Amino acid sequence: MIKVHNLHKSFADNHVLCGIDEHITKGEVVVVIGPSGSGKSTFLRCLNLLEIPTEGEILVDDVKINDPKTDINEIRQKMGMVFQHFNLFPHLTVKENITLAPVKLKKMTKEQADQKALELLKIVGLEEKADSYPAQLSGGQKQRIAIARSLAMEPEIMLFDEPTSALDPEMVGEVLDVMKNLAKSGMTMVVVTHEMGFAREVGTRLIFMDEGKVIECGDPKEVLSNPQNDRTKLFLSKVL
Amino acid sequence: MFQTLSIQTAFAAWLDTAKFDIERCFIRENRYQLLLDGIGITIKVSIVAALLGLVIGFIIALCNLSKNKVLNGIGKVYTDVIRGTPSVTQLMIIYFVIFATVDIDKWLIASFAFAINSGAYVSEIIRAGILSIDKGQTEAGRSLGLKGWQTMFYIVVPQAVKNIFPALCNEFITLIKETAIVGYVGLMDIQKAGDFIKSATYEAFVPLIATAIIYFVIIKILTLSLGAIEKKLRKADNR
Repeated sequence: MIKVHNLHKSFADNHVLCGIDEHITKGEVVVVIGPSGSGKSTFLRCLNLLEIPTEGEILVDDVKINDPKTDINEIRQKMGMVFQHFNLFPHLTVKENITLAPVKLKKMTKEQADQKALELLKIVGLEEKADSYPAQLSGGQKQRIAIARSLAMEPEIMLFDEPTSALDPEMVGEVLDVMKNLAKSGMTMVVVTHEMGFAREVGTRLIFMDEGKVIECGDPKEVLSNPQNDRTKLFLSKVL
Repeated sequence: MFQTLSIQTAFAAWLDTAKFDIERCFIRENRYQLLLDGIGITIKVSIVAALLGLVIGFIIALCNLSKNKVLNGIGKVYTDVIRGTPSVTQLMIIYFVIFATVDIDKWLIASFAFAINSGAYVSEIIRAGILSIDKGQTEAGRSLGLKGWQTMFYIVVPQAVKNIFPALCNEFITLIKETAIVGYVGLMDIQKAGDFIKSATYEAFVPLIATAIIYFVIIKILTLSLGAIEKKLRKADNR
């Protein structure tokens, strides 16, 4: 579903990604871990071209997305993204946050989108918040709304950029539960996170990155309990 | 007893003079009509200039924010030239040089001149407003598949408007007062009407104070209504 070949990204003199090759297939839940500055967020942001790769190619359903001729907006409609800082639209109500993109992109009529929004709010357990504004929600609630907003476009792939890192510890669980259910429903997911429990429980594959490279990759339970590479061992000994 | 009487007399005498002055300045020869027409001109010029200035300001702000070097240059030169020259000079150049041979209503030409002037200031306000919106908002919009302009119009601009609203109101108020120079190109606005009455009656106090009061009342009404609009804009901030 996503193929990444020899992906490089530099910011001025700073080489953040140094040649990444990955192949993500349908239904996989790929968890990306690594120390800060390892390039894991940049890697994720390259997948929907929020960062433009300096070198290499990214294919989504066999379409090269970092090609000027590709309509990236169309590709992005198939790829939802959830951000660390939620990035809800503060001037719109929860329901308007969810329905804005599907309606403006003519994917649904206003009525269909409203219907869809209520269904999604039920899934994330926040039906009663439909007419609230983001400022009235807690962090965990905001992130669940952000997930619902991405799902409204009915994406085939969901990207999560440290979705629980900005949350109070007691709110992490409610967001992870939503993500777990999403994974169980068969959604293809790429998740950058520090939640090892999540990786172990629902991840189908774990990628450990450091200094812009993939150091180790494999079954999450395997890698977490029996890391092969020294750097992986060192990192895990600090976070587990 | 004697003293109070003298104050009363003095007051009565003053009242008589005042009545006479007011009659002479406003009633005689229907001079109040000059001021009423002046109010019309000031309001017409201000509203058209403000709306047009908003459009120009938005376009110039987008030029200044764009990555395109040509657009960037145009925006920069525009703001530089307009901010670097007096508005009276700009008004006179536009009226007597650029539109010298064009047959359009005087007040429209003046509006146009003020719009060009106001646009430069408005563009800086709008640019700051757009920059004040977190980059995450744009990223969220784009990640949903919205195009650049859709993200700008549905997500960034509505939030920016709320932030810059007080500054825009300020600019609009400045603009209204700035129009007091249209007398230079022969338009009879409030200021010019007051001035005309002053010359016709050799009485400075009454017409000039009246001019000040009229401007003050117009701007007070505007401030109050804009304040009400701002309250509405802040609705989403309530917790």
